[in-house]
Amino acid sequence: MGTFTRTLLAVAWKDLAAEWRSREILSATLVFSILVIFIYNFALDLEVTLQSDLAAGILWVTFVFAGTLGLNRSMSMEKDRGGLDGLLLAPVDRSAIFFGKMTANLVIMLVVAIVVVPVFSLLYTINLILPGVILVILLGSVGYTAVGTLLAAMAVQARTRDMLLPILLFPVALPLLVAAVKATAAFLSPSVTNSAVPWLNLLIAYDVIFLVIAWLVFDFVVEE
Amino acid sequence: MDKTPRLLLALDILAAAGMAGTIGLVFLYAPIERVMGAVQKVFYFHVASAWVGMLSFLVAAIVGVLYLLRREPILDIAGHAAVEIGLVFSIIAVLAGMTWARPVWNTWWTWDPRLTTAAIMVLVYAAYLTLRGGIDDPERQARFSAVYAIVGAVSVPLTFFSIRLFRTIHPVLFGGDTSANMSDFSTDPRMVVTFFVSLAAFSILFVALYWHRIRLGQLASRVEELKSSRED
Repeated sequence: MGTFTRTLLAVAWKDLAAEWRSREILSATLVFSILVIFIYNFALDLEVTLQSDLAAGILWVTFVFAGTLGLNRSMSMEKDRGGLDGLLLAPVDRSAIFFGKMTANLVIMLVVAIVVVPVFSLLYTINLILPGVILVILLGSVGYTAVGTLLAAMAVQARTRDMLLPILLFPVALPLLVAAVKATAAFLSPSVTNSAVPWLNLLIAYDVIFLVIAWLVFDFVVEE
Repeated sequence: MDKTPRLLLALDILAAAGMAGTIGLVFLYAPIERVMGAVQKVFYFHVASAWVGMLSFLVAAIVGVLYLLRREPILDIAGHAAVEIGLVFSIIAVLAGMTWARPVWNTWWTWDPRLTTAAIMVLVYAAYLTLRGGIDDPERQARFSAVYAIVGAVSVPLTFFSIRLFRTIHPVLFGGDTSANMSDFSTDPRMVVTFFVSLAAFSILFVALYWHRIRLGQLASRVEELKSSRED
C-alpha cells in the first residue's frame, strides 16, 4: 500500500472512529432525514403508494438536505478544535487528506442511506431496494461528497460558515441532483422510453469531473 | 490612480455610440416580426445580454485559474469584476427573456434548459459574492473566490446538459433543428444586421465596463492599503 492510500485511510479512519464514538453526525442526519420524509408527506399530502417520479425526487432531496448537515459538521469539527491545522502540519500529500475526509463523508452518507431507503420504502409502500437504485445512490453520493467536502472546507473558514455551505453547494450540485432523480425514477419504473443509461453516464461524468477538480484545487483551499 | 487612459475613453465613446446605434436599429430599422409582433425586438437585447453574462462567467473562471497560478492581486480584482458584471447582464437577460416569453409562450417562465441554466448561473454568481462577503482576509478571499469561480464554471455547462436531456422549447437561433421549436427567427437581412450590431455593441460595452470595474477595484484596494497604513 502506497503512502497516499495509507494517509487517505488513516484520515478516513480517524473521522469514522470519532463519529463512531460520538455518533453526532449520524444521529442528527438520520433524525433530519426522517423528518424531511414526514414533512413531505404532510406538505404535499402524499398517497400511501407513491409514484416512482415523486419517490425519486423526495428521496434525493432528503439526501441532499441531510448531506449538508454532515458535510458541514465534518469540517467545522476540524476547524473548531484545530484539527485541520494538525492535519495540514503532517508531512503528507494534501490531496490524500481531502480524499480521506471525503471517504469518511461518503461512508456516513451511505450509512444514512442504508437506514433511510428501507424506512422510505416502508412508509410509502414502494420498493427502493433495487440494484439499480443502489448504484445510483453510490454514484450520486460520490459526486455529492466530492464537491461537498471541497466546498465545506471553504465554507468553514468563512465568517458566515453555517449559512454558506448550502448556498455554495446546491447550485453546483444541481446537475447531479437532476441525473440522480431521473436515473432513480427510471429504475423504479423501467420502460423503453425511460432509460437510466444517459443519466448514469451524466452521473459518472459529474463524479469524474469533480473528483479531478477537487484533487486539483484542494491545496489552494487549505493553504497557509 | 492614473488618469483615464485614452483607449478606455475611446471605448467609452464607442460603447455609447454602439448602444445608441443598437437602439436606433432595433426600433427604427429592424422590421416587426410577422407572428410575434413588436415584442420580438426584446430578442436583440436579450441575446446580447446573455452573451455578455456567459462571457463574464468564462472570464471569471479563466482569471481564477490564472490567480491560483500567479497570485497577483490584480487577477482577483479582475475575477470579482467579471462576476459582478456577469451577474447584472445575466439578470437583464433573464428578465428580458421573461418579458418576451409572456406573450409568445404564454407564460413568464418554463423549466427549459437555457432558462434554468441562466437562473442557476445567477445563483452561482450570487453564491460567489456571498462567499466573498463572508471572508475578511483578502488573500483567502481571493483564493476561495478563484476556486469557486472554477467550480461554478464547470458545473454550469453540466446543468445545461442535464436539463437538455429533457425536451426544450427555447428557439434555436442558428443551426439546430428548428422544426422542433415553436418559432424560428426568419432571416430578414435587416434583423441579422441589427442582431450583430447589438452583439458587437454589447461586447464593446462589456470591455469598457470591465476595464472601469477593474480600475475601481484597484482604487478600492489602494484605499484599503492607505487606511491600514494610517492605523499603524
